[in-house]
Amino acid sequence: MTRVDTFMSAPDDRGRFGEFGGRFVAEALMPACLELETAFIEAWSDPVFLDEYHTVLREFGGRPTPVTPLRRLSALLGIELYAKREDLAHTGSHKINNVVGQTLLTKRMGKTRVIAETGAGQHGVATATAAARLGLDCTVYMGEVDTKRQELNVFRMELLGATVVPVSSGSRTLKDAVNEAMREWVTCVKDTHYCLGSVMGPHPFPWMVREMQSIVGHEASQQLVDLNVGTPDAVVACVGGGSNAAGIFAGFANSTARLIGIEAAGGSAVGLGSPGVLHGMRSLLIQDEFGQIEEAHSISAGLDYPGIGPEHAHLAATGRAEYYPIGDEDVLSALQLLSEMEGIIPALETAHAVAWIVQEVGKSIPRGSSVLLNLSGRGDKDVAQVRSILRAGA
Amino acid sequence: MKSLETQLRTLRASGRKALVPYFVAGLTPDWLHYVDAAIHGGADVIEIGIPFSDPMMDGVVIQEAAMRSLARGTTLDSACSDLRSLTSSVPLVAMTYYNIIHHYGLLKAAGALRAAHVTGAIIPDLTLEESGEWVHCCASDDVANIFLTAPSTDEDRVAKIANVCEGFSYASARMAVTGKSTDEGDAHRVVDTIRAATDIPIYVGIGITTPGQAQEVSSYADGVIVGSALVQQILSGATPQDIEATIRSFRQALDQS
Repeated sequence: MTRVDTFMSAPDDRGRFGEFGGRFVAEALMPACLELETAFIEAWSDPVFLDEYHTVLREFGGRPTPVTPLRRLSALLGIELYAKREDLAHTGSHKINNVVGQTLLTKRMGKTRVIAETGAGQHGVATATAAARLGLDCTVYMGEVDTKRQELNVFRMELLGATVVPVSSGSRTLKDAVNEAMREWVTCVKDTHYCLGSVMGPHPFPWMVREMQSIVGHEASQQLVDLNVGTPDAVVACVGGGSNAAGIFAGFANSTARLIGIEAAGGSAVGLGSPGVLHGMRSLLIQDEFGQIEEAHSISAGLDYPGIGPEHAHLAATGRAEYYPIGDEDVLSALQLLSEMEGIIPALETAHAVAWIVQEVGKSIPRGSSVLLNLSGRGDKDVAQVRSILRAGA
Repeated sequence: MKSLETQLRTLRASGRKALVPYFVAGLTPDWLHYVDAAIHGGADVIEIGIPFSDPMMDGVVIQEAAMRSLARGTTLDSACSDLRSLTSSVPLVAMTYYNIIHHYGLLKAAGALRAAHVTGAIIPDLTLEESGEWVHCCASDDVANIFLTAPSTDEDRVAKIANVCEGFSYASARMAVTGKSTDEGDAHRVVDTIRAATDIPIYVGIGITTPGQAQEVSSYADGVIVGSALVQQILSGATPQDIEATIRSFRQALDQS
């Protein structure tokens, strides 16, 4: 049997998690990746930096977020269901954890500007927020399709002083926003940090972002002990690139809990993908027989990504974590169910994880199980979209 | 020494500055006519772009060309098959992104390129650190591994890259993706840094748009790579004759330097 205590440690010298990860970027960006790796390693072992990171997350980010027992839904499903409430963190999702860390690191490296990609807008809003707090210039690249789906988030970013650049190349979604941010980074790498929003990209990003999100899992594991739950039977999170899942898995990687990542059916890199290289990393990607990257399709802009973070690809390959797809229809009913039964409107991304739990109770989730859901984001950003879909279907 | 490098060292010894135009494979049904025209116009090496859906190091012009070519169904195999029909002895180098050859199989890709008379490969997202397997695969097929050096590359890395780079060294003139610009950026400094580490021929690319720029650059570099400017012309409807005329103007500028 595989030893459980070796999961989710640091990658190897080349930034590999097993056969995934690494660094596949233009030579022009290599010095910046190396500089970032050194800066991160130093900062992440510097008590002064760590203290500032934790203080900002407490005083500004709203941490720790609570774990809420979902009592009515638990009774309905016949399981013990708990939610780690990242929807209550500042800006409405777990994204704040990563951007607080990376913007502090930006300042520490002496850079004055951040750029970021965003899909649903969560990471873009979070980056604009953290940049405003530190007085950093901020430019966010967002697929043109997503700027329309998430119009209010565009306005939020602008209110926060950021510039939003709509990306009209390729599929005009998250994948292309990453391409454009990388292209831009080449031109301004001296004074600009690329604040990547998920556990993806070239080393050290997948590792660094996981570390900055691991606070979610570490808090939750202690909170479940305090609630006398101990180790849950399963930890469930939605996965696009996989940052919220990586964060919560990190608190349970060395436990007996099943780790379960839920992908959008139309963007399921584990289910539909094969090994490939994109956006600086070797990971699982949805691609055609010639290695051309295919467009992902999801109701939620945040999961509309044809790849997955390399550490997730490794966790899938080793069997430590399981990944399953959920279709758009189930997601909408799950969103309504959680709203009506628990008084929590989840983000569409999060609703994928809820939908899977509802579907699997009595099947791969036996009744009586204790399950921790990472409630990664709140649904405010999605209500207009959900309203129009529900009305169209009514 | 790979045969491409032997040829390019001989070219340099003859006193001729190398002109390397770039074409996107499969951009139009008659794309090889543009290649032929460039050869008639005085090109010394032809760089062939094999399109990828996510060309992260390319600006809008080459992105657009890649999308059009992919929409026409271009693949590594179709590009190689087209190239096999070329009869010229002008060396061919391929430029593509790593996922294309990774997906195809590295050893198989090296063989397919070589069978299409391609003797060099530029994989701009394959970093020195990740290049070992590909370099190994290219060894038996006589495909030269051409690496880029950027203005941000420090002396240590320049030396490490110089150690593995074959054929010619691709000096990136600026911190930018491919596309137009009005000056040669940091090219002179980058070339000097590479020159201090190796005696391989050094060609400058990224933003070389006009014969005047090419002439200026060739006063310190061994050659120039012209990409987006030509691709833009083809996207705008230029004929092979138009491209030949453009190549001649670059040729004349280089021969006068």
